[in-house]
Amino acid sequence: MITMIAFYVFAAILIASATLVVSARNPVHSVLFLILAFFNAAGLFLLSGAEFLAMILVIVYVGAVAVLFLFVVMMLDVNFVAMREGVQRYAPIGATIGLVLFVELLMVMGAWRYAPSVSVLRAAPAPANVSNTAALGELIYTHDILLFQLAGMVLLVAMIGAIVLTLRDRTISRRQVIARQVARRAETTLELVPMALDAGVPVPSFRRPLPEPVASPEPASHHGALHHGEEH
Amino acid sequence: MIGLGHYLVVSAILLVLGVFGIFLNRKNIIIILMSIELILLAVNINLVAFSAALGDLVGQVFAMFVLTVAAAEAAIGLAIVVIYFRNRGSIEVEDVNLMRG
Repeated sequence: MITMIAFYVFAAILIASATLVVSARNPVHSVLFLILAFFNAAGLFLLSGAEFLAMILVIVYVGAVAVLFLFVVMMLDVNFVAMREGVQRYAPIGATIGLVLFVELLMVMGAWRYAPSVSVLRAAPAPANVSNTAALGELIYTHDILLFQLAGMVLLVAMIGAIVLTLRDRTISRRQVIARQVARRAETTLELVPMALDAGVPVPSFRRPLPEPVASPEPASHHGALHHGEEH
Repeated sequence: MIGLGHYLVVSAILLVLGVFGIFLNRKNIIIILMSIELILLAVNINLVAFSAALGDLVGQVFAMFVLTVAAAEAAIGLAIVVIYFRNRGSIEVEDVNLMRG
């Protein structure tokens, strides 16, 4: 009974928040409703006994993917209100296609049945007296190890791809060139200047080592040094 | 124990909402990506429900891989959105014709 109530509460909030994800005016609200939807889907997973997947859903989606969405939405300076033009134009065709899809799904749902030999055909029957996490771990670390490692490879490729796509070579950054530092000699850097007594020091500046042939010599002051980074 | 049909109806509604969201927000690619996440979540609910109903753990393993691919897809998709915005100053999907496709 309490399971039933929990199921209906989770399902109702899940569907309501999914509706708000696609219809909210502000994309930040969309992301927040997406987080709510994932929490409730995790609740549904818990009710059906998939505890590990529920926790993974909370950690991966709420902890990583939703925050990623939130970052991107807040980072991009886009007029999201103007982007909602044409919603009225697209709503009827979207609703029609959605309705057709839903009716088809319901028709499929009303017509299917289990094969008679379904209990024999199970690939990995859930073992009794073992928690869901342990059973899943025994499965993916032994029988499905190749798939598991391929999933890791997919994540690695995605990570490298995202970095490569968004990496910019910042010309303003001042990188350390160890070879130049080691090759630096006192005679190219230091200079003894004969000063008149009581004349003071004219310009507080420091000398840079002799520049490389490509770089233009810039006796930079403290503030100018920010703009004339070492060429590399 | 909740019947399998309940889960299937919930996931069907979720999938239809995802498809509807893609049509509704034709311009905003971020919401389109979120709709794809909803569709994949519907698939995951189906897989987990069948896994629980049949007592077969393979459904949950498969759902985990769907989750992995969905996370990778979100990362790559958002990276593409960011560099597209950096190049064009807009993320309107209808203006995307850089490749003249």
